[in-house]
Amino acid sequence: MKRYFFVVVILTIPAVLCQMGEAFGQSLMYSTSTGNTRFSSETPLENIKAENKKSQAILNTSTGELAIRMNMRDFVFPNKLMQEHFNENYMESEKYPTGTFSGKMDKVIDYSKDGEYETSATGKFTVHGVTKTRTISGKIKIEDGKISVNSDFQVPLADHKIDVPEIVFVKIAQKIDVKAQYVLVPVKK
Amino acid sequence: MNSARLLLFIFFPVITYAQDDLLSQLEKQDSTRSFPVEATFKSTRVVNGQSVETMKKKHLDFRISHRFGRLNSGAYQFFGLDQATMRMGFEYGVTDRLEVGVGRSTSQKVYDFFAKYKLIEQTTGGRTIPVSVTVFGGTGIATVNRELVFQNKLYYTGQVLIARKFGEKLSLQLSPTWLFRNHPEVTGDEKILLALGIGGRYKLSKRVSLNGEYFYTAREKNTVTAPYHDSMSFGVDIETGGHVFQLHFTNSLGMIEKQFIGETSGTWSKGDIHYGFNISRTFSFDKKNKRAAKEKI
Repeated sequence: MKRYFFVVVILTIPAVLCQMGEAFGQSLMYSTSTGNTRFSSETPLENIKAENKKSQAILNTSTGELAIRMNMRDFVFPNKLMQEHFNENYMESEKYPTGTFSGKMDKVIDYSKDGEYETSATGKFTVHGVTKTRTISGKIKIEDGKISVNSDFQVPLADHKIDVPEIVFVKIAQKIDVKAQYVLVPVKK
Repeated sequence: MNSARLLLFIFFPVITYAQDDLLSQLEKQDSTRSFPVEATFKSTRVVNGQSVETMKKKHLDFRISHRFGRLNSGAYQFFGLDQATMRMGFEYGVTDRLEVGVGRSTSQKVYDFFAKYKLIEQTTGGRTIPVSVTVFGGTGIATVNRELVFQNKLYYTGQVLIARKFGEKLSLQLSPTWLFRNHPEVTGDEKILLALGIGGRYKLSKRVSLNGEYFYTAREKNTVTAPYHDSMSFGVDIETGGHVFQLHFTNSLGMIEKQFIGETSGTWSKGDIHYGFNISRTFSFDKKNKRAAKEKI
């Protein structure tokens, strides 16, 4: 009899663990789907800029895990011809629709208290189907129950096998400046 | 029971839960979105005929097109290059779906005016629409014959353009066409002409595509009252930054619907082939564009 009881208890453990994980996990998750990612390429001949207002980000404050995802086709250019070229010729958005980052915060931060931190995140950075392990530094600001993530970094085109033909070589910077601004709010169930 | 297997069995739900990482959560949230299919064609023309593409809002396309004489006119005429006919045109995007255009052809001294509206846009993703549909309506005034009363200089064109981009490289289009001439060029010719165009492009590289187009006209070919043939054209599109160069061979001399669908007098089999090109240059008049160029991000 005792043995059967033991088996029943063992069998219910995973279910309880899952429940707990979900209950705790959800309250510790912060996310956004309206994050702002901008990039610019500056050369003496031409400045190219684009903005993505639909970037997704999610942060697990208990583990420091962070994921960012955006659709290349959500980048809006003031010049639509450039937008078409960006998707068709450079990013090949049909083949490689998203840019992603999946990693972990390098510093342990107490997300329950307001404050500002200089930190960095290390993980897999994927653009144009090419994944690089990168450490990207930025700022974290915790205020009014929201977490702001801000980061400026560069993406070298050669790292991600983004070809620029010779005729437009001088018009496109070899390193693209990226600015990311995400305001994460608690995930509600 | 084997205890290792028992443990695996018990903790299986936990393991699968852990695999469901943050990135796939984001992917799941985003799975219902759909995206418009861009760049079914590189320009607003397949070769001569209209494509489903329209100019985007506040963007202007300046087009210069030339058609030279017939290749079979021989060395004396430098295989047609001694004669040239041209059309100059402007096309402007009022909204992302509505475009208006004007043009002037040297052949028959025609002023043409038209509007194009993108009714349906092909999309991929959560909600899939298989084709793009654009409607085209145009009119023109052939001013070459000064004797004619004004109404008799007019013609009208209506088209429904249906296209699908099959993957990255191949795009195909059907173009049912209605043409009405108030005063046909040859006395006795029908005022109404119905035609079905079929066109497509195949991308050879990121910036070069092979284009082809054929217009089937619903009439007897090469009769006394209508000494015409169907229009057939092949060419390449070369895209460089803001320009699209379209180089082609066609049996039509005209560059407007009335002329290339209705009045193509040459045939490929006899070598009545014209070399020609379209040059398209796009300008953005979006004020945001200028502002963006000044601002630092």
